Amino acid sequence: MAKMNLLQAINSALDLAMAKHDNVYSFGEDTGGFGGVFRATSGLTEKYGKHRNFNTPLVEQGIIGFANGLASQGSYAVAEIQFGDYIFPAFDQIVNESAKFRYRSGNEFDVGGLTIRTPYGGGIAGGHYHSQSPEAYFAHTPGMKIVTPRNPYEAKGLLLSAIFDKNPVLFMEPKRLYRASTGEVPEEEYTIPLGKADVVKEGTDITVLGWGAQMEMTEKAVEKAEEDGVSCEVIDLRTILPWDVETVTQSVLKTGRLVISQEAPITGGFASEIAATVQDKCFLYLESPIARVSGIDVPYPLCHEKEYMADHLKIYEAIKRSMNY
Amino acid sequence: MAKDKKHNTEIVTKPQWFDGESVTIPMLQILKEDGSFHKGADMPEYDKDLIVKIHDTMQFIRTLDERMIAAQRQGRISFYLASRGEEAESVASAAALDDGDMIMGQYREQGALAYRGFTVEQFMNQLFSNEKDLGKGRQMPVHYGCADLNFMTISSPLGTQIPQATGYAFGQKMDKTGKCTICYFGEGAASEGDFHAALNMASVYKVPVIFFCRNNGYAISTPSQGEQYGGDGIAPRGIGYGMKTIRIDGNDVFAVLRATQEARRLAVEENEPVLIEAMSYRMSGHSTSDDPTGYRTREEEDDWKVKDPLDRLQKWMMNEGWLDKDHVEEHHAEVKAKVLAALKEAEKVPAPHIDELINDVYDEPTPLLKEQLEELKEHIRKYPDAYPKTSGRID
Repeated sequence: MAKMNLLQAINSALDLAMAKHDNVYSFGEDTGGFGGVFRATSGLTEKYGKHRNFNTPLVEQGIIGFANGLASQGSYAVAEIQFGDYIFPAFDQIVNESAKFRYRSGNEFDVGGLTIRTPYGGGIAGGHYHSQSPEAYFAHTPGMKIVTPRNPYEAKGLLLSAIFDKNPVLFMEPKRLYRASTGEVPEEEYTIPLGKADVVKEGTDITVLGWGAQMEMTEKAVEKAEEDGVSCEVIDLRTILPWDVETVTQSVLKTGRLVISQEAPITGGFASEIAATVQDKCFLYLESPIARVSGIDVPYPLCHEKEYMADHLKIYEAIKRSMNY
Repeated sequence: MAKDKKHNTEIVTKPQWFDGESVTIPMLQILKEDGSFHKGADMPEYDKDLIVKIHDTMQFIRTLDERMIAAQRQGRISFYLASRGEEAESVASAAALDDGDMIMGQYREQGALAYRGFTVEQFMNQLFSNEKDLGKGRQMPVHYGCADLNFMTISSPLGTQIPQATGYAFGQKMDKTGKCTICYFGEGAASEGDFHAALNMASVYKVPVIFFCRNNGYAISTPSQGEQYGGDGIAPRGIGYGMKTIRIDGNDVFAVLRATQEARRLAVEENEPVLIEAMSYRMSGHSTSDDPTGYRTREEEDDWKVKDPLDRLQKWMMNEGWLDKDHVEEHHAEVKAKVLAALKEAEKVPAPHIDELINDVYDEPTPLLKEQLEELKEHIRKYPDAYPKTSGRID
């Protein structure tokens, strides 16, 4: 075990994956010798050479198109998009190509070796274009897997699973926690299964669900609620697509209450999808309406960032409202 | 030689290959590094007032950049992005235009905005995201915009403004405005698909647009030659799209003026889109979030220091008797004092009212947005200490 922050855990996962197979490639804007704007790929060029970890020209659609081609050839392509906010020029390559490669060819071809790493989320004074949480756009796309870790341990295990998963994976890294989140992480290879939510803490009165950076807010809110005597079950969804319906619904069947928090705007967010499924599966067990705590329906703002965010106080209030319903 | 009329091409019977060397594009330079003119150089139209205004604007921007980098280091603003070394490109090109021409920048063209008359107070209000900021504090520092000055608001995603410039210019042409659009971008952004779409469409529609590429050698850490592109820079792409193209020394005020004046004439009088590739060097980091020592050497930076556009212009102006050391020092001190005063003032101006959060998403806030705002205000009233920026004047 070693103490790592989230970036170091990601770097360690990439390092181990590249050591394991010669055909694992890491690339993106500034990710070569410089190691990326956040330094997630530091040291990889020195270790594996400039043909295994390299800079791309500044063209996101090109990066993912190239990655699709490389993955279809049988290699493992780990492509970085510098910020989640800049992924949209690659939307066509992801939605129409990565996600449909296997299906449209009748499994003649696939891009299972593709992993797209991208930092996402706010709380860093990044304004409209360094703060967004675009998971819902991609969650509407059968064929993609979407994964987001909450801490360094999870990041390493989930990323190693993502790289070697037989499906294309969008791996969203909570950049607010890159250096802020630290913890003990095994130095060797280990994996955390995709598609499996994590019950972080068991409880009986209410289920509080989130993913990625939002888990930090959730845990703070839960701490406050527990001081009021509310027993909270905390779940980290970990994989947004395909999501773990079983773990979430089992929890809600037990507690009868659900608060979901997400960073993204509320309308059309993934929390809405979860709420719809849970009310379908747990309708007669629900003690209160399912609550969504999220950003509001405006572009991610700079000067009102603090007001905009789905912070722990808003989650705490939602827990209280649900309990007092 | 036979000709294939359908494809308007000569027919050859032996393979004839073309490569990156088939076209070599020279660089226009009028003012040498030592501050003297090349003999017989083709000069732009200029007079003393114009050159002094260009000089003072360049010096203003350089001083503003210095002070704001310092302010960022002191934690007074969250972010800054300097244009050191590239002031001639944005300022002298803006000086070649009509004030009614549209400017679409990438994010390093504060010089063009200053030339148009954006005040030091306006700069500060944006940088401090206060309620006087024209952009209502919604975007990161340096994302300026001003409709009155025909300067389109900056957007961070790279290259998105390039096809927009083609569309804007199409409208200018159709409306017979006699105006054009200038679109700035870096050599890195020229890798984006948007760049290629923009040039192709401009060439097809013959619109009055000037694509001004600031080739400053780096896209954050990625060097241009060999890692951003394999060929001879950006200029040959213009030829590929059938467009009038020129490469110029971007650190030479006179070359920038000369090329942009002619580009404007071609654009406005002949509806010819133009590509200008200006060769320069990003003397500062990409932004305050970047540290260039991780990817380039001090020697390389020193090599470029001797080509500095402001020093070069000052040498020439002093020889000409249009500038003296006293003016340089006085103007610098004056600008510095103005910047510091405006900075202190802008810091005191409060953030926009929380009600602004939902304005401008649409032309009118929707009922749902109004409801969301009310809920948010209720929450802030409950926890005023957690939201100090807005809780003091929520009602």
